[in-house]
Amino acid sequence: MHALEKILANAAGKEAVASGETVNCKVNLAGINDLYLQTLRSFSEIGARKVCDPDKVIVFLDHFAPPSTIKQADNQKQFREFCREQGIDLLMDIDQGVCHQILADKGLSYPGEILVVTDSHTTTHGAFGAFGTGVGATDLAIILATGRLWFRVPEIIRINLEGQLSKGVFAKDVILHVIGKLGADYGVYKAIEFTGPVLKQLSISERMALCNMTTEMGAKTSYIQPDEITLEFLNSKVTRDYKIYTTDQGYKYTAEHTFDVSDLKPQVAAPHSVDNVSNISDYSGTPINQAFLGTCTGGRVEDLAVAAKILAGKKINPRTRLLVVPASKSVFLEAMEKGFVQTLVEAGATFVTPGCAACLGTHQGMLASGETCITASSRNFPGRMGHHKAEIFIGSPAAVAAAALEGEIVDPSKYLD
Amino acid sequence: MEKVIRGKAFVFGANVDTDQIYPGRFLELTAQEDLAKHAMEGVDPDFVKEVSSGDILVASTNFGCGSSREHAVITLKAAGVGAILAESFGRIFYRNAINLGIPVIVCPGISTNVEKGNILCVDLSTGKVLNETSGVTLQATPISDYVVTILSNGGIKPLLQNQLKCSG
Repeated sequence: MHALEKILANAAGKEAVASGETVNCKVNLAGINDLYLQTLRSFSEIGARKVCDPDKVIVFLDHFAPPSTIKQADNQKQFREFCREQGIDLLMDIDQGVCHQILADKGLSYPGEILVVTDSHTTTHGAFGAFGTGVGATDLAIILATGRLWFRVPEIIRINLEGQLSKGVFAKDVILHVIGKLGADYGVYKAIEFTGPVLKQLSISERMALCNMTTEMGAKTSYIQPDEITLEFLNSKVTRDYKIYTTDQGYKYTAEHTFDVSDLKPQVAAPHSVDNVSNISDYSGTPINQAFLGTCTGGRVEDLAVAAKILAGKKINPRTRLLVVPASKSVFLEAMEKGFVQTLVEAGATFVTPGCAACLGTHQGMLASGETCITASSRNFPGRMGHHKAEIFIGSPAAVAAAALEGEIVDPSKYLD
Repeated sequence: MEKVIRGKAFVFGANVDTDQIYPGRFLELTAQEDLAKHAMEGVDPDFVKEVSSGDILVASTNFGCGSSREHAVITLKAAGVGAILAESFGRIFYRNAINLGIPVIVCPGISTNVEKGNILCVDLSTGKVLNETSGVTLQATPISDYVVTILSNGGIKPLLQNQLKCSG
């Protein structure tokens, strides 16, 4: 069996499971985001009154942090009331940041965990050896009522990363390249495991970006076998016991792909699809109105660090706005302590409260018709960050910072000597 | 669950994501009648004016990819969509649709055999899809027993209601 299958089998109380089988699993932690008040409605519509295990529920007020409309404020108010009524102590209010970063910061993401959140990027937690998956509001309501959820055991695809990353090339470039080669629907219903020597060159932050973006291939979950890099991170965060599962020798993957990243250049996904990927140099000179650095994909300390390195002592191009959104309060504090916030603000950055911000086109940095944005986030669908006639390019945090500096798309490598 | 669904087709391409089905700026809305006003607004602003109860959406691959927003299913259901046929679906959208009792049917060849306005007749028990306008018949991929159980109960909520009652 694969490690992921062992995690599911354990949660289903079974000796073994196989891909294609439907299993009913105990969920270790269920997360609800403020966008999905429907979760509470579905909970009541199925006739449930009491949350099965309030200690295994976490609520994130992250997508509308802080609220921009009365309706958003009212939705958040209802979540706070629900937490109070149901005895849910893990209420992550608007000061805390994006759900996935909070889970990592607070040691709530760990190997062997079944982690289900009403957010599609829950694949991020493969970086910790967890089974993380996103669901809709009603599925989450079922977990609230019963503590369990059904899953189809996914087929597993192995993506083996060989070679040595060049200067200016990051996990984001690797995953964009992979998505560009395999397609936005390649991983639908499936799990994606990353293996190979490149993982040793990737920090937890970079691994989170890699796993996060498997959602953009349609994946149900992702996985990186925990190693010394994982354990070093977990030892500083996780206080509970956990079990690390391993894949049996000879396990047969549904498909295996090897990518040698040694010659990979910085990448970009051009409008309007995440798999419309090429070398960033193909779009050099494209004028940029807004550069967006943040989110669960690209708003961690290392991401702000590389932006600060590129922008230190400089000013961004006057035709470009640079929005910076630390992924969490903890990221914000660390970036302040290290001086990155000062550097970026002096360079002309506009800081936004930790949260999802403009990524999903609800507030805090919407794009006008005809504008062009480069983003460190994960999606460039039509209308994703505002008007459907705005164009969105996806790149690494370094590519975002370099574009802000030049006012146009540029290969960031030259700033990273 | 209706065994046979008959309606006129609206045809969409590949990778129609949930931001196009239901744009992010309306995510704060929670009442079904409010959600219904914005169905497919990101890809076809006239859709809500043209759709009638029981109409069928046809798409290429990966329909409903992207965000987990259940709004994307609620809006289509509230707008009257009777079934969705596609080459493949985004997985969270697929689960959400089944949970809310909208038949989402994987049907190889559907995207190249239907034009907007064609009348389709879908037999859910056999998986047979007849394009009455062109005369072409296609065979949908069978849905799993678990999914059939949810759909035949009208979605997961009625099913859960019964289970919660039984367990006291």
